Amino acid sequence: MRVSVVVFPGTNCDRDTKWAFEEIGANVEFVWHNETDLKNPDLVVLPGGFSYGDYLRSGAIARFSPIMKEVIEYANKGGYVLGICNGFQVLLESHLLPGAMKRNENLHFISKHHHLKVVNNENRFLRNLEVGEIVNIPIAHAEGNYTPESEEALKALWDNGQVLFQYVDEEGNISNPNGSADSIAGICNKTKNVFGLMPHPERAMKSILGSKDGVKMLTSFLDK
Amino acid sequence: MKVVANIFLKNGVLDPQGKAVHHGLDALGFDAVKDVRIGKQVVIDLDTDDEEKALNEVKEMCEKLLANTVIENYEVEIKK
Repeated sequence: MRVSVVVFPGTNCDRDTKWAFEEIGANVEFVWHNETDLKNPDLVVLPGGFSYGDYLRSGAIARFSPIMKEVIEYANKGGYVLGICNGFQVLLESHLLPGAMKRNENLHFISKHHHLKVVNNENRFLRNLEVGEIVNIPIAHAEGNYTPESEEALKALWDNGQVLFQYVDEEGNISNPNGSADSIAGICNKTKNVFGLMPHPERAMKSILGSKDGVKMLTSFLDK
Repeated sequence: MKVVANIFLKNGVLDPQGKAVHHGLDALGFDAVKDVRIGKQVVIDLDTDDEEKALNEVKEMCEKLLANTVIENYEVEIKK
């Protein structure tokens, strides 16, 4: 399994992401933002960080990197793309996923472990998890307040099975850290090959680090 | 010629920063404040004397990059 991790100026989760995928047996390559070759991957990952210093809006400038033209083309041909945190923001700005991010409702940068509920597993990214399963994966963001374009757009996400994760507490009750519509933590596109989430599965790979639920999530994709 | 683009969250989209500043103004005793919206102002210096062309160009910039039209509105004007 070949994974290409895209690195923009200001990305800071690239090495963690590479390590996490290598831990579960993938071959991982870095792809620099001004390259134009994705290196023939099975999965492209846009990792977390602060691409271009979050100038203008998170992800707004990264969208115009030479490599993003390739990523958009790859996704539109059905290639698999995973965006984590800032990577999710880049996917929204690139219109590969619908909606936008606002500042967290309480205006704070929130960095802590959070529970998530699996809403839908009929996709390659979460197929090893059960619907309703609760996982513990850290969040670390200031702009994770997911905002759909309209009520209709939000309804369409639910109707099409595009809502994949919701923020919940340990018991599975809705617990919304940032003001996201319907407590949404992660969504995919209609064709289910592009997935964006604010939480960081690459930081949940070892029990000693607080959780290894990221292993189960990331291996969902890798398993044959 | 300088063109100003003012970019704000759309009406109806909750503005967390505006809300926080509103609370701050309340705390200072400015009790006539009904609403606070916080946005961005981008000033662009264009090499042209054609006002209409300049405005259209900055509108296009707003559509393509300066504003996220999913949640933001924009207004453009010539800076006098």
